[in-house]
Amino acid sequence: MTEQDKTKQHELPPDANSADTLVRDNISWMLVVAQRLLKDRALAEDAVQEAFLSAFRGLDKFEQRSSLKTWLHRITVNACLMKLRQLKRLAEQPIDEYLPEFTRYGCRIEEHWGNLASVEEILNNEQRSAQVHKMINKLPGNYRIVLLLRDIEGYNTEEVVELLGISESNVKVRLHRARAALKKLIEPILRGEIV
Amino acid sequence: MKHYGIIQIRQWLKGFMLKHMHNMITCKEFEDFVRDYVDDELPARQRSKFELHMRMCHQCRQYLQAYQRTVEVGHAVLSSTDKPVPGDVPEDLIKAILEARKR
Repeated sequence: MTEQDKTKQHELPPDANSADTLVRDNISWMLVVAQRLLKDRALAEDAVQEAFLSAFRGLDKFEQRSSLKTWLHRITVNACLMKLRQLKRLAEQPIDEYLPEFTRYGCRIEEHWGNLASVEEILNNEQRSAQVHKMINKLPGNYRIVLLLRDIEGYNTEEVVELLGISESNVKVRLHRARAALKKLIEPILRGEIV
Repeated sequence: MKHYGIIQIRQWLKGFMLKHMHNMITCKEFEDFVRDYVDDELPARQRSKFELHMRMCHQCRQYLQAYQRTVEVGHAVLSSTDKPVPGDVPEDLIKAILEARKR
């Protein structure tokens, strides 16, 4: 048995006695993921409970091709997506008002950037960070979810296609529009107008 | 007779140049390639056209910088503010999950 196999063996808790450990070791970060996707603590708790029950049911099918955490992460995301679908929060919503604008001659309209705040400048300022968070949550649900899955949760395009059941081109277009819209929404923060 | 201001004439000239110059793409075409470029998925041929446009167009150059910064900021903010709080273990929820498992 290789070192990697030993680690995976150690990670896998199939018996009833290990259930408590499995839940305690993972519930905090699963709640964070669920709350980020669902924007609501009560819904996040429901989703995490459903995720654990799915995990217990499927534990014997866990093939150890990925780490236990990766497997649980995907189950959590799926439980959240189910909730979002039930609540119709992934329905098509317009985003056009936040997209880039062009002149009638096809040239980009972009106000001059005298200052572009660094990541650190924003992270070190609680008010700015909170505003960015708020603006991400303001994105239409069908775009926000693609941005979160790709840019935050770390899934690649193919995985997002599978999770959301939409085409690859649709994932790419939605991701670009979500980023472009977020740029417009956080422009005052990036320009340093919100101190 | 219609009169055009200097800004409109400059915009028209820029639009005309970007549309007709060899190997050049327009700002709208540039927009279509932004995500692929940022995610390093743009094929070499389109990449050189994209970069040529970027050198010529101040607005698109600045737009791209702000777009890239947005991606970095979004990731950094959510990763830093959404961390689990140590010791914040919801006992009621854990109990409910373990109870539901028995059913």
